[in-house]
Amino acid sequence: MIEQKKFERAYNYAFIDEGTKMEIRRKMLKAVAIPGYQVPYSSPEMPISRGWGTGGLHASLSLIGPKDTFKIIDQGSDASVNACNLRNFVKRMTECKTTFNTSEATIIQTRHRVTEEVLTDKQIIVFQVPQPEILRGVERFEYKTRIMHAEADYAKMWVSLYESYVKFGDIMRGAGYPIKVNGRYLMSPSPIPRWDVPNLSHSNAIQLFSAGREKRIYCVPPHTLIEPLEFEDVKFRVEEFEGIKCAVTDEGEAFMDEIYENESSKKFVINDSNFMDRLKEGTRPNQRLFKNPPRNQ
Amino acid sequence: MVMKNDLPDDHNWLLRVRGLTKIYGEPCSSTVQLTGPQFNSNICPETEAIVACAEIDFDLYPGEVLGIVGESGSGKSTVVQQLYFDLESSGGEVFFSHFDEGKTNLLEVSNQKKRYIRNHLMGMVYQNPRDGLNFSFSSGGNIAEKLIMAGNFHVGSIRERASTLLERTEVPVARMDNAPKTFSGGMQQRVQISKAIANNPPILFMDEVTTGLDVSVQAKVLDLIRHLQHDLGISMIVVSHDLAVIRMLTDRTMVLKNGRIVESGLTDQILQDPQHAYTQLLVSSLL
Repeated sequence: MIEQKKFERAYNYAFIDEGTKMEIRRKMLKAVAIPGYQVPYSSPEMPISRGWGTGGLHASLSLIGPKDTFKIIDQGSDASVNACNLRNFVKRMTECKTTFNTSEATIIQTRHRVTEEVLTDKQIIVFQVPQPEILRGVERFEYKTRIMHAEADYAKMWVSLYESYVKFGDIMRGAGYPIKVNGRYLMSPSPIPRWDVPNLSHSNAIQLFSAGREKRIYCVPPHTLIEPLEFEDVKFRVEEFEGIKCAVTDEGEAFMDEIYENESSKKFVINDSNFMDRLKEGTRPNQRLFKNPPRNQ
Repeated sequence: MVMKNDLPDDHNWLLRVRGLTKIYGEPCSSTVQLTGPQFNSNICPETEAIVACAEIDFDLYPGEVLGIVGESGSGKSTVVQQLYFDLESSGGEVFFSHFDEGKTNLLEVSNQKKRYIRNHLMGMVYQNPRDGLNFSFSSGGNIAEKLIMAGNFHVGSIRERASTLLERTEVPVARMDNAPKTFSGGMQQRVQISKAIANNPPILFMDEVTTGLDVSVQAKVLDLIRHLQHDLGISMIVVSHDLAVIRMLTDRTMVLKNGRIVESGLTDQILQDPQHAYTQLLVSSLL
């Protein structure tokens, strides 16, 4: 036990040294000032490998203080191996409170989901982003994507949506749907499902996106307009779970996991584990639900 | 040598180019004077800077087809690529009557405005379809790109316009959703032309469009260009080393050598009665 204490004292509070934390916070301020713009940052070494949540940790740890309450989810679940290990690490390095309860948390780190519950202005949500460059799929050169962002030239992205519609009769993008921030920058919402995309718009909480491997931070400030790219006659749609009930809580209207029990039968379970727990307790937290527009034709 | 246009200055020109220059490397004060056809060289003897083109002056009038002819390395493509903003110019002035009533030098406007001019008011057909088309998109998608750039975000109307264009350029409409890499060379070139004229631009640049196509396909593509010009009244600048193409398509011709205009005038006049020694050589080498 004594040995462990010694080990912890060998590191600064929240693992990262104060100078670097200050630098990351400065970059965050810049990201807040230019919504959707990808700000390069130092991305210091962490005791986990890049691509496993380093970006999220950089953002969370440079913001966190002893009075904060920290929550971390991985695809909606508080209990996944990745989430547990990162939570233990943050707890050990900061001695802050941790929680599963979304409404109690002040800093929420997330991978590939937004909490089902509406966030408040007292909260910060940090997204772990594997690929911050939304244009990467249509333009492989970094210098060209930067020019495209600078000139707001997003025709290639539009064409890829057009091609998807022509090929499949719908815009087939399961995760990472391209969104326009504040009418200017095109931004990757990180690989969250389409279900979560409308909830980014006019959110009360600060939404920070951090990619450790790619060394970029960007932000959607509170109450900022987010528009998913959509054509005048082909609209953005979220996943449809109409008439589907959760196998555990028997409730609907939430993002569901599709679980196959065997080849012929499957069941649906609410993806957000804390939301499900609260439903089981008998309260339904506040939600923002997006209504799909009617299909024309 | 600077050729003066025989039309008066206040004539209603579409594109006015003055002193267009492109130099690679570090030029000195006498680089332009020490290169050109009279020295038979593009390379400055003092600094070894390469003068790709210099002192290019001409006016293009609405509905007119201007030919630029010359041997390899004479600066033909460089001129057109600068006008389409593919290359950055080293100097000169370009005025375009559809932009700011021809009062602003296009070479000095911001990149955003250049992009606007390129997408809304100009079209370009390259020699190699890979330069003008994105081969990872379908042919319809390629045309859609140009339409989207001009602000059309309605899939139905994009597809309608794309199929009209493909029909006009005689590409089977059924192949609209196929990738251009599955097309023959002539078809790729026709898709490229569809894309270039998608937004009804007042001006179209053609950079060696028929080079590399076999003779019968060449004839078809040239025929198509001539029809388009006739129907749409679009102004064109046609770059070619092939005098047959120039004879068939253009009203006026400029002959380029070592990056300078050595002769310009009506195409028939130039081909029948060439004045400059180089033009005489060029015409006499025609089979």
